[in-house]
Amino acid sequence: MSSTHRRKERIDRGIKVRTDGLYALMSWRELSYLTVPRLVLILGILALPIVMPGMYWQKVITIVCIYAMLAIGFDFLAHYVGLVSLGGAFFIGTGGYIAAILNSSYGLPPLLTIPIATILGAAICTLLLLPCLPLRGVYFAIVTLMYPLVLARIIEALDVLGGTDGIMGVDSFASSWVEQYLAVTMVLIFLFGLRRLVNTDIGLVFRAVKDNDQAVRASGMNISYYKAVAVFIASAMGCLAGACLVHIYMWAGISLFALDFSIIPIAATVIGGGGTIVGPVLGCLILVPISELLREFGTLRIVFYSLILVGFIVFRSEGIMVFGERKYHQFQRWVRV
Amino acid sequence: MTSEIILEARELTKNFGGITALSRVSFSVNRGEVLGIIGPNGSGKTTLINCLTGFVRMSSGEVFFKGKNISNKPAHRIADMGLTRTFQIMRPYFSLPAYKNLVIPLFAPRARRTGGWRGGGKLGDRKTVSIDILEEIGFERDSFVPYKIASTLPTGYLKRLELARCLALKPEIILCDEVFSGLSMSEIASMVPLMERLQMEGITLVMIEHRLRELFQVANRIMVMNFGVKLFEGTPQEVMANEQVKKAYFGSEEVEEVMHYA
Repeated sequence: MSSTHRRKERIDRGIKVRTDGLYALMSWRELSYLTVPRLVLILGILALPIVMPGMYWQKVITIVCIYAMLAIGFDFLAHYVGLVSLGGAFFIGTGGYIAAILNSSYGLPPLLTIPIATILGAAICTLLLLPCLPLRGVYFAIVTLMYPLVLARIIEALDVLGGTDGIMGVDSFASSWVEQYLAVTMVLIFLFGLRRLVNTDIGLVFRAVKDNDQAVRASGMNISYYKAVAVFIASAMGCLAGACLVHIYMWAGISLFALDFSIIPIAATVIGGGGTIVGPVLGCLILVPISELLREFGTLRIVFYSLILVGFIVFRSEGIMVFGERKYHQFQRWVRV
Repeated sequence: MTSEIILEARELTKNFGGITALSRVSFSVNRGEVLGIIGPNGSGKTTLINCLTGFVRMSSGEVFFKGKNISNKPAHRIADMGLTRTFQIMRPYFSLPAYKNLVIPLFAPRARRTGGWRGGGKLGDRKTVSIDILEEIGFERDSFVPYKIASTLPTGYLKRLELARCLALKPEIILCDEVFSGLSMSEIASMVPLMERLQMEGITLVMIEHRLRELFQVANRIMVMNFGVKLFEGTPQEVMANEQVKKAYFGSEEVEEVMHYA
């Protein structure tokens, strides 16, 4: 009886309230309350390549970062602009092929191919997605899913860009340390850059487009323009990831358009917690290594993988980061009603 | 009052499939006046606003704003010229606090060009400016209402927020779609002086209303619509005395007679 008449009450911790809006931090405790979680994340990610045993796991960390860049982009588009994009493979493929062509045909070093592939690839992706920007929700998702499938088939059927063999002989990075730290620092830059962006005025416009695009139009703003800017940002991250991937594998092929690049970022966002931007990175840090660990189970890998995903969705559907933030900022107690 | 025509619609027609929502509606609004539009439900009032502001493409007809033809221009282009509207069903940004709701229109090209509100927009801090606008329109600063998330605000505040979003653009004309509906008597009583003050500041108002008593207080001219047709236009006194208007509102004995107007 009594159990039905009580409920859980959540109250913000005093230190959270004190450090929230006021920027006059009074003590080391308040200072560390804000900085320690961020420092743990930054130092933790930076230390990952060093603490990993052996080449194999270092490679895994790089792949984690590739997926993390895609997942950050997905989270940004889905939760801050309202565009559910399944275009991860599209971005990876575009960026990857551009980098590969520039490197193998024109002999540009990775130092040049990666920035060019990022900007040019993002421009191409945005241009191709421009006609479907008025679409929303699942319709946009379908169109973005269509592009990688179509491009892969075109390359296969017309035998252009190396056809099914792909483009071989792409330069690798100078050393594996360059490769790892490039990926890791890019993830950190995108992570904190985007967290800053969504709280600036233009970030508020993005969030407004998600909440209510008609009201944004009524304010005299072209929503297609702002959606295009957001897609450009997200696809730039994807194309950068693709360009890095090509130089890591030293090969570009139609497997760059594989659906893994579209699906795993979504799974990572669900596990990590959507709308936090950090969450998807944590999600990738969990999902990708698990998938590697399960490799010895052969085809059963997918079964275990699915079970883990379902477990997360059923028991912690809000995502790790949302859950963690709540525990960090609030305390709970039972109150009688 | 100057008699310069700021907004003019000529033979405006809108068909939704086979249904004629608006049929050859012509009217004009003078700068600085308050035009009320009344009519029973489904008479095409909101469609009229949607057509004027470019949210719905009209089937035929022309709209002129300050002498320029704005027929079927994109909605954001029309809003950018200073022809703004509120929505009948409020469209705030639910996940944002009230004052951040206003940062968005203050970020718009028009607000930046016009220097924003009291010269704040271009270089000033948009958040401070937005709280100023909200205070002006009835969000008490001391009670922290401007800081509340929009989804937790009651209807009265959301209606004011709709108006504030238009005001942030420094509009020349606001088309108000039922700003009084869903409000309590006391809330309406506090909105009326607000509308009067907007008129004093030189903003032209077009108000769709069902609250006739309050509308007749504010409006200079009233346009009556029924079945997508302009039925009558005149001063509030003339409207109240008109037989056709009474029939449209209170119904008529013979069905044919109503259909005659359609």
